[in-house]
Amino acid sequence: MSKPKVLVLRAPGTNCDEETAFAFELVGASAERVHVNRLLDNPRLLSDYQIVCIPGGFSYGDDIAAGRILANAIMAKVADELRAFRDAGNLILGICNGFQVLIKSGLLIEASPNGFEATLAWNRSGRFEDRWVHLSSGQSKCVFLQGVESLYLPVAHAEGRFVVNDENVFTRLSANGQVALCYSLAAASASAKQFATAAVNSGASNWGSEHALPCGVSDPYEILPFPHNPNGSMGNVAGLCDLTGRVFGLMPHPERFMDRTQHPHWTRLKEDNVGDGRMIFENAVRAFD
Amino acid sequence: MSLWQVTIFPQEANGDLWARQIEASVRSGILGLKTPALQHFSIASARGFLVQGALDEQEIERIATKLLCDSTVETFTLTKPLHPAQGEVDNSRAADEDSGSDVTLVTVLPRPGVTNPEADSALQAIRLMGYQPLAARTFRQYRVRGLDENDVHLLATKVLANESVEQIEFGPIRLQQLTMDADYRFQLTHIPLQNADAEQLRTISARHQLSLNLEEMQTIQAYFQSLDREPTDIELETIAQTWSEHCSHKTLAGKIEYRDENGVRNFNNMLKETIFAATHSIRKQLGDSDWCVSVFADNAGVIKFDDEINLTFKVETHNRPSAIEPYGGASTGIGGVIRDTLGTGLGARPLCNTDVFCFADPNTPISELPPGVLHPRRVMQGVVSGVRDYGNRMGIPTVNGAVYFDQRYMGNPLVFCGNVGAIPHRHSFKQPQPNDLIVSIGGRTGRDGIHGATFSSAELTEASERVSSGAVQIGNPIVEKMVVDVVLQARDLGLYNAITDCGAGGFSSAVGEMGEAIGAEVWLERAPLKYQGLSYTEIWISEAQERMVCSVPESKWEAFHELCESENVEATVIGKFVPTGQLTLKYGGHEVGKLEMKFLHDGRPGTVRRAEYSPAPSEPLTGPHLTSGANFDPRQDIVSLLGSLNIASKHWIIRQYDHEVLGRSVIKPLVGVHNSGPSDAAVIRPRLDSRRGAVIACGMNPRFGDFDTYHMAASSINEAIRNCVAVGADPSRIAILDNFCWGYTDRPSTLGSLVRAALACQDMAEAYETPFISGKDSLNNEFSFINSTGQRQTISIPPTLLISALGQIDDVAKCVTMDFKQAGNHLFLLGQTFPELGGSHFSLIHGLQGGRVPQVDTTSSKQLFADLHQAMLLGWIRACHDLSEGGLAISLAEMAIAGGLGCSVDLGAISVDLSDLPTAERSLDHYATIVKLFSESNSRFVIEVANEHREKIAEHFAGRLYELGTVTDLKSLQLNDGPRCLVDVDVETLRQAWLQPLDFGNEYAGESRADKEANHE
Repeated sequence: MSKPKVLVLRAPGTNCDEETAFAFELVGASAERVHVNRLLDNPRLLSDYQIVCIPGGFSYGDDIAAGRILANAIMAKVADELRAFRDAGNLILGICNGFQVLIKSGLLIEASPNGFEATLAWNRSGRFEDRWVHLSSGQSKCVFLQGVESLYLPVAHAEGRFVVNDENVFTRLSANGQVALCYSLAAASASAKQFATAAVNSGASNWGSEHALPCGVSDPYEILPFPHNPNGSMGNVAGLCDLTGRVFGLMPHPERFMDRTQHPHWTRLKEDNVGDGRMIFENAVRAFD
Repeated sequence: MSLWQVTIFPQEANGDLWARQIEASVRSGILGLKTPALQHFSIASARGFLVQGALDEQEIERIATKLLCDSTVETFTLTKPLHPAQGEVDNSRAADEDSGSDVTLVTVLPRPGVTNPEADSALQAIRLMGYQPLAARTFRQYRVRGLDENDVHLLATKVLANESVEQIEFGPIRLQQLTMDADYRFQLTHIPLQNADAEQLRTISARHQLSLNLEEMQTIQAYFQSLDREPTDIELETIAQTWSEHCSHKTLAGKIEYRDENGVRNFNNMLKETIFAATHSIRKQLGDSDWCVSVFADNAGVIKFDDEINLTFKVETHNRPSAIEPYGGASTGIGGVIRDTLGTGLGARPLCNTDVFCFADPNTPISELPPGVLHPRRVMQGVVSGVRDYGNRMGIPTVNGAVYFDQRYMGNPLVFCGNVGAIPHRHSFKQPQPNDLIVSIGGRTGRDGIHGATFSSAELTEASERVSSGAVQIGNPIVEKMVVDVVLQARDLGLYNAITDCGAGGFSSAVGEMGEAIGAEVWLERAPLKYQGLSYTEIWISEAQERMVCSVPESKWEAFHELCESENVEATVIGKFVPTGQLTLKYGGHEVGKLEMKFLHDGRPGTVRRAEYSPAPSEPLTGPHLTSGANFDPRQDIVSLLGSLNIASKHWIIRQYDHEVLGRSVIKPLVGVHNSGPSDAAVIRPRLDSRRGAVIACGMNPRFGDFDTYHMAASSINEAIRNCVAVGADPSRIAILDNFCWGYTDRPSTLGSLVRAALACQDMAEAYETPFISGKDSLNNEFSFINSTGQRQTISIPPTLLISALGQIDDVAKCVTMDFKQAGNHLFLLGQTFPELGGSHFSLIHGLQGGRVPQVDTTSSKQLFADLHQAMLLGWIRACHDLSEGGLAISLAEMAIAGGLGCSVDLGAISVDLSDLPTAERSLDHYATIVKLFSESNSRFVIEVANEHREKIAEHFAGRLYELGTVTDLKSLQLNDGPRCLVDVDVETLRQAWLQPLDFGNEYAGESRADKEANHE
């Protein structure tokens, strides 16, 4: 299959659908923006696609909590179909609001009998912020991050702080290779990078008992200061994948860095600089080569 | 039937973010709390929902668990509110066992009927779970400790709630039901006019809040006398809306007799003969290469962008609603201007927002506030949150803006909201057809926003906060986003012939305008209502948000309706454009109003207004600071200027806006190595698949207006253009907009200062060949109150003209930013410096009076703009920054801050001619140096040039460029004047001075450790 078909889901208040569809098209996929009502009415629609993307925005105004209402709608009507879609080898990507929806519908972390074990809560700053962040990828099976070490992307959200019910949940997630993407120090800071790489590769720096550490964190509560970790996320988590690595949610916006002139200080950089966000979309398309 | 109260509490350590923000604002001291010691003060917050419906306890518990509460970070309680009659015992203040001090429970709820999007969403989501709730309302609840009763009241009314849209309950919630439908019994109301005398006519206008003057009332009286009947209430309201200042611009588009030092000039239509005339003559000269498409005709101006799309641009003001309810006022301002874009042609697609505000000093002590005025910090925080929440939710990036501070904006803040849109050429015009259906889409009609159009044309008083609350609204951005989504699809499918927004005046003005040339019949009982009980007149004039009106051919109605329904957007036929030339209003079969369109639109009497202007006599620059040369401390001046409110970084505001959504941003509002430098303008790519860019910038100089509004207007235009050119815009393709915000224009001197500014607009537009394409005015911006000695006092805003510019650039890769790029590069000043310190920020921080106000030389600057653009296209310019507030010194400092580099500059090469100044001024110590550093002369830039282009630049700008020095990696700003070192200051010091003053959000810093420890407990 050379040109995978992408369903870019739009709900009332979704607002990054156009540029996200464009990003997929740029890297060779064919993308369609589909209203959520169409999918809820007819879940079998999924069989026409290989990738489902829930883009950024404020679905249903993010009223009650970010992504909550769309997540409930998905849980009520298409959760099983989406799981089957994933198990058939297809991909699901949630960006920003899409990440919030994926986590609140249990598609990234299955709910325990007592309910959900993690969430994306209000930023520690208590407000929406748009700023660029450095990211490093963890040792995960995430299909979207294969070969990706570090990224520079913008975040723009009010509710992106990753929180778990208790430490064991975090331990489990990192042991399972689900902690895919973390806020980090500038890639230019060689020492930080070396530290991160060393921590992951050597397994020497352990947290808990014997689990290797994702993204160079030695303690999930010992987080990078603001603004490096822009929202106060536990373990500096910026993105997670599910157990298969084929469902990925992240707070930063890769679709906003597809062209060098989208970098916030591109006028200082060389002309051969390309958008970091491309890698994520290219990996998604490559998975169907 | 039950009414349930679900109260949701944060359960994380330090998780009560809302309470922390309130605490910070209380401790900042702006509230002036009288409680002697604040050390016992603390506050805890909860959020919650009231849900009414046939739900048992198990069901509501399931709803709370699965939907309303996030169990990872929150817990909830389930109760029933007290019956209003229940419990005389006042348990609002109970002894708190933990601390021993008093705790007061304060609950804040939206008033009945106020838009409550979150409650609407909750209802929808509860229905999705299979239940049938009737109504819901959100609330916030606070437990306040350590304040006495008076202070709790002050806190509740000044910080926790805004009583124009919210109600406060002290103690537990007492409420029986949420539903608010009331019966409406139709009764047609006539207003007897035929025999009224002048006094009675005035009384009728005032009693019905019509804001019509006597002459207008008499014209209406004569019209109905000729029909031999009395008008109905709805007819009078319709005329009042149509003739309101807000809708018809009767002052500026009216007859004016203007007198200034050059004599008398009579205008039949002032705007048409000045600003429109300039555009007309530019278009005529351009001939076949005219790139204006639609000017001063539609809801926004339209210009050509490329072979497929045009761009639209409109800037609106929303001043009065923002004075009373800053959050709602600003958010509905943004919502309104986005609907202007959507209502232009057959519907343009909104691309980006621009927001400009004028406030009083946010650090004003509460004791200095006039009665009835919200604290400027609260106004600012509310306005910023309103723009943030509406713009971000709509998914439209806010890319450009400015904030201007002056104490005269105290009772009357200004909020300018702009929107740029894109529209295919073929959809750029509209034409409703006879017998098309009148279709309302989007939000429902409620009692909110009654009399907004007439309210916005009147002066604010200390009582406005109470009497005008109906004119203040809360927006629902998601409803508007859904409307945008379906309208653009319906447009491409050709399902309607015309579209316009429901703004001021509601259906009355939307249908009235659209049917002007045809006639219309409206069936008011069909309009979908938020709740029952509205009269036919309320339905007609309600300004409820998020509504558009479309003109749909009957044959397309089914398809149109189906499309809307498929995305849950309500669309309703409310009438028909019947070709009668009449506006006929019906309610349930009764005819309630019938007016000739011709009378409605052309019947307004043409009052001649008097306008006078005499420029202030020129005075030499004076002030204690200038008397002794020993006072001159340029290092301190630079630090003070960077920390002054107009110049200080606006990052706290900018970062709360999503400025990148839609993926089109090229030059962001914050640029440079730390993404923190102040860009001169924003650049976006309107099309994702093209490298052609649109440039958005603005110019505003209210302080210059204190000297001469002509030079103020000229400087604002020059500033808007040079901001565009500084990032790479082609100066021959810039379109501009005007927004006049003035005081009471029935006063000839006030109107005179406005006409004078309009004359400058005409002169500048013609000279630069920069057409005005749209504009909007807001008059009578004055606040009056009774002061402590019982005297009536009035604060008028300074004459304020915002010029917004929309430029274009062929290839965005040629754009230039203002940050220093590389040590060793050369720095040049372009343009002539004059001793123009009048109205400058140097004068402001030192309290200086007099001096010369900056003027504009259009001939030399037009050439300079063209040459600079040429040099940019050739790739010779590495950085470019315009000189504005604070002059050369501040521009250099900003470039250094943005680039993380320093510079070494010698002012020696700059020549300044002081010869024609008064001796008193010329002979001041260090005067030439002050002028070089801080004069705010127009048409100037600092450019950074690599060594290889140095000679070419010298040749290219011969006679107009002054070599300043070089960029250095010493990270210090070194300024010399000849052999004398004036300033050597660390860039980091400058950066801190610039970042701090308007940073209201650094409470986060250094918190992670505390969190960690708290979590480990």
